[in-house]
Amino acid sequence: MVLAAGAEQAVKRRRFPRLNLLLLTGGLLFAAMLIALFGLPLVVPLDPEALDYAMILTGPSAEHWLGTDALGRDLLARIVYGGHNSLMIGASVMAVTAVAGTVIGLLAGTIRKLDGLLMRSMDVLMAFPALLLALAILAAFGNTALNVVLALSLVYIPRTARIVRGEALVLREQTYVEAAEAIGVSRPRVLFVHILPGILPALMVQETFLFAYAILGEAGLSFVGLGLQPPEPSWGNILGEARSSFQQASWLIVYPGLALGLTVLSLNLLGDGLGQAIDPKRRQR
Amino acid sequence: MFNMILRRLILFVPMWIAVSVLSFVIVHATPGDPAAGFVGQDTGAEGLAIARARLGLDRPYIEQLGVWVAGSMTGDLGNSFFLGRSVADAIIERLPVTFSLGLLALLVAIVVGVPLGIIAALSPNSWKDASTIGLSLTFLSVPEFVVGMLLIYLLGVEWRLFPIGRYEPLSDGLLPWLHHLALPAVALGLSQSALLARMTRASLLQVLEADFIRTARAKGLPERVVVGKHAFRNAIITIITIIGLSMALLLSGAFITETLFQLPGIGSLGVQAVLRRDYPVIQGLLLVASSFVLIVNLLVDVVYRLLNPMVDND
Repeated sequence: MVLAAGAEQAVKRRRFPRLNLLLLTGGLLFAAMLIALFGLPLVVPLDPEALDYAMILTGPSAEHWLGTDALGRDLLARIVYGGHNSLMIGASVMAVTAVAGTVIGLLAGTIRKLDGLLMRSMDVLMAFPALLLALAILAAFGNTALNVVLALSLVYIPRTARIVRGEALVLREQTYVEAAEAIGVSRPRVLFVHILPGILPALMVQETFLFAYAILGEAGLSFVGLGLQPPEPSWGNILGEARSSFQQASWLIVYPGLALGLTVLSLNLLGDGLGQAIDPKRRQR
Repeated sequence: MFNMILRRLILFVPMWIAVSVLSFVIVHATPGDPAAGFVGQDTGAEGLAIARARLGLDRPYIEQLGVWVAGSMTGDLGNSFFLGRSVADAIIERLPVTFSLGLLALLVAIVVGVPLGIIAALSPNSWKDASTIGLSLTFLSVPEFVVGMLLIYLLGVEWRLFPIGRYEPLSDGLLPWLHHLALPAVALGLSQSALLARMTRASLLQVLEADFIRTARAKGLPERVVVGKHAFRNAIITIITIIGLSMALLLSGAFITETLFQLPGIGSLGVQAVLRRDYPVIQGLLLVASSFVLIVNLLVDVVYRLLNPMVDND
């Protein structure tokens, strides 16, 4: 009886695995941010560029829920639409690095002749401090939203490529891959059908963190005045524009900082949670 | 060991040349004419041609590249468009500021991050662990300029405890130097501490699972000795590596922190240069910063292998 009860419990535990708190909190927080950012414009009229000269630098009020900036613009509207821009740029950087990083990593990990050249090129790119490299590219090509995406992507591609290569090197030695090669499966098919799916979990974790880095990267560039150009809002340039007035208006730091911090935190939690879900051993680590 | 160091040094040379070439290529890839930024928009074609000749931009691309790479090897990084001096001088003059900031920020990161990581690792999956992980994730998620602005607002403006927007060199005394750099160092150091806390926790946990730790516990050593003497000594190898690698991140962070706190370091020099399209300064900074990262990486690699003889030296 005791044995049976113990076994039953073990089965129950198996059926309901321990809650992945990181994944859950991160997912809920990120979903909440998305709902707020994309839902709010549907319920309240928000205009990020409307100037209200009578209300310059006023704190939160019934009219302007989160207060106004130095030009009398509604801070809530700027944070919401700035969030759209910041998330768009972050997601684009994530997409570009995922594709380019995977291609480079797969080639380096499976074709020995290309490995040295490709990875040394990645090392050269990684020798530049991330922000300086992005700044220099924007200085040369001009600071448009597209160039911000391209500059940040170039900075982050090597990080993805390294991880994909590492995974590919391990998978290449697996028996099932060797078996596939032995029965004469073509090389592209081995690559796409047998190796690529094995890389996806690690790639997913990496790209979640990268989404967070990219949002922070764009914020940093826009903060110093070289990312997205005002009046088009982004979380970075809202904070950057506040540089001259935040000493009298704490809400200009707190609310955009909170939006940025919570979004990045949710992605970091999601990344950690995904990592645990994929590799349960990391739960103890 | 000696062979390994030699091989790393030999590999360093082509890497450095590649970095130097890339610094040139990025800056010269600009679709516009760098000379246009130098002379201003209302100059005619003739003025532009004179400027181009003076800046050496009329020579063939490959020749310009050769002159740059050869010059950079001897420390000649060209002349700034706007500062009226050589790029090397401008960088050297501002280096102490960035070095001071980086050093103090690193100190903040170590003092905050390593203890947090140890606390978390000693009671894994407890509330202590969860709260230190939560804290470090928060530091990681809030960018240095938001932390910096909050510090300026609270400690600089509201309570007037710290001076804002000035720098005092170390030669004028230790206390004024610390007083002026404390806030930027904390702002920059906190996000680094998060990384350090996570890595300290991970490496210490890994070591604590090892057989020799079980042996140490089995022979009745107090936990203090097991953790402090046996485990931490092994975990520190990884921690030192992370500290080395985080120098590159600190350098990136310095660009924003120095701009926010108006510190006259190479970070604010770089942002100014980019805003004014001062191409020689951008190019020089790209090279200097990446050389620094390459050298630190090389040192970290050598130290790591010295400390950890188990790593295969081939």
